[in-house]
Amino acid sequence: MTAVISVQGLNKVYGSGFQALKNVDLDIQAGEIFALLGPNGAGKTTLISIICGIVNPSEGTVLADGHDIVKDYRAARSAIGLVPQELSTDAFETVWATVSFSRGLFGKPRNDAHIEKVLKSLSLWDKKDNKIITLSGGMKRRVMIAKALSHEPKILFLDEPTAGVDVELRREMWEMVRQLREQGVTIILTTHYIEEAEEMADRVGIINRGQIILVDDKARLMEKLGRKQLTVQLAEPLSALPGSLNYESLELSDDGYAMVYTYDANQESTGIAELLRKLSDEDIEFKDLHSRQSSLEDIFVDLVNSTASAQSGSAQ
Amino acid sequence: MKVNFYSIKAIYTFEMARTWRTLMQSIASPVISTSLYFVVFGSAIGSRMVEIDGVSYGAFIIPGLIMLSLMTQSISNASFGIYMPTFSGTIYEVLSAPVSYVEIVIGYVGAAATKSTILGILILITARLFVDYEVQYPVLMISFLLLTAITFSLFGFIIGVWADTFEKLQIIPLMIITPLTFLGGSFYSIDMLPPFWQTVTLFNPVVYLISGFRYSFFGTADVHIAVSLGMTGLFLAICLGLVWWIFKTGYRLKS
Repeated sequence: MTAVISVQGLNKVYGSGFQALKNVDLDIQAGEIFALLGPNGAGKTTLISIICGIVNPSEGTVLADGHDIVKDYRAARSAIGLVPQELSTDAFETVWATVSFSRGLFGKPRNDAHIEKVLKSLSLWDKKDNKIITLSGGMKRRVMIAKALSHEPKILFLDEPTAGVDVELRREMWEMVRQLREQGVTIILTTHYIEEAEEMADRVGIINRGQIILVDDKARLMEKLGRKQLTVQLAEPLSALPGSLNYESLELSDDGYAMVYTYDANQESTGIAELLRKLSDEDIEFKDLHSRQSSLEDIFVDLVNSTASAQSGSAQ
Repeated sequence: MKVNFYSIKAIYTFEMARTWRTLMQSIASPVISTSLYFVVFGSAIGSRMVEIDGVSYGAFIIPGLIMLSLMTQSISNASFGIYMPTFSGTIYEVLSAPVSYVEIVIGYVGAAATKSTILGILILITARLFVDYEVQYPVLMISFLLLTAITFSLFGFIIGVWADTFEKLQIIPLMIITPLTFLGGSFYSIDMLPPFWQTVTLFNPVVYLISGFRYSFFGTADVHIAVSLGMTGLFLAICLGLVWWIFKTGYRLKS
């Protein structure tokens, strides 16, 4: 696979002196769905805005579709469609007019058949003559996606695509993103909903305080960092854990009816056999056992916290 | 260098569509207010005024009135045209599009200048209903009309980028352009002023525009036509320089 976007040594310091990006290196592969995950203010939007040409980089280079975004901005930007986070629309334009405008603006000749296809795929066709001001928030979001797709981009950026969007539309949007990927469009989405990255992405990049902390395949990331939890439902409640079971990765629930054991599924020895043996030694009876893979959310919170503490540690 | 005509056309037609949508306020209202000037100054007061340089007062004020509308409308069209996308946030799309700065300016300023030129011609036609006049140098007249429309649309574009509130959008037209036009000889020949004020007036760039435009109608002017053209050209060059600087630095548009 080849990189369709290649970011190297990217820094951004805003006029206020705030450093939004610190030495970011990132390659996005052609045809993948890449989720850029990070808390609010982590630098996601700044990174996207630089790639799309809305914000000037302070340092570093970005290639989009093989073209430098500054020196060869026409070719680079022609390949990109952007759906920004804010719902900024021309309130008094019709859906058809605004989507057609976008196509022209991106230097493409008029093609009504393509606009029709895009509007139909986003369930906007029956609204094509409506003024945007009359549409609901979810519909406006679709209009913005239609605008971004109007010039048949190879790369689509979705900045927080499902912020403030209801569950149904979110599902539809995910479906649409998958269809686009099947057509060969590379999709980069930012989100702070981990569920979204988990649901959609092939690869996940985690950004915090302007730094890319980690980039990996979603599956491998979850496997690599994935911890599992084993919950043991007890027949009789315990007031405290017996001495032989007093280890860090084992906790007793507040009502005393359950023990939660956290372990690393990739280790040779997970410690489960030993735990169960000890339970029988202590004559603790249990009713049920179930294990759970930790979600991307747990991984994410872990990572962000550990870099935060590492940074505060190095600052001292 | 490749020129992206589709992009220019998209911006231009988008802006023109806004004009047709807001036809009343963009075209009809300036025509109505200018008609009122003709009724009051041209017919009512003008009938009691002596001729200026052999031109009846009603006819004398036509070039000044057209310039007045042309300048204020060019500024308001162009400033509003670029201010709205920065205000509503839709500017993101223009900034992320594969368009050069020159193309963006041609689109926005071209549409604003077109609109104010149409307006100028409409006022010219309307004036014919109130007063008789002839245009001695039609080509020069049209050139002045276009040059002024383009120059002040550029100036409006600059104001629109600079303004970050609706108030700022209004303040320069209101506080600077309107006084300069009124004091620029729209309603009188600068010969009619005391000598001291004649000299002061020569620092008002609008004097050169109105004088030059009036020359194309009646063949008489306060200052030489070449000076008028030169000063208009100079103002155009200053505006172009400022627009170039805006895009080079990303001033207010890009961080």
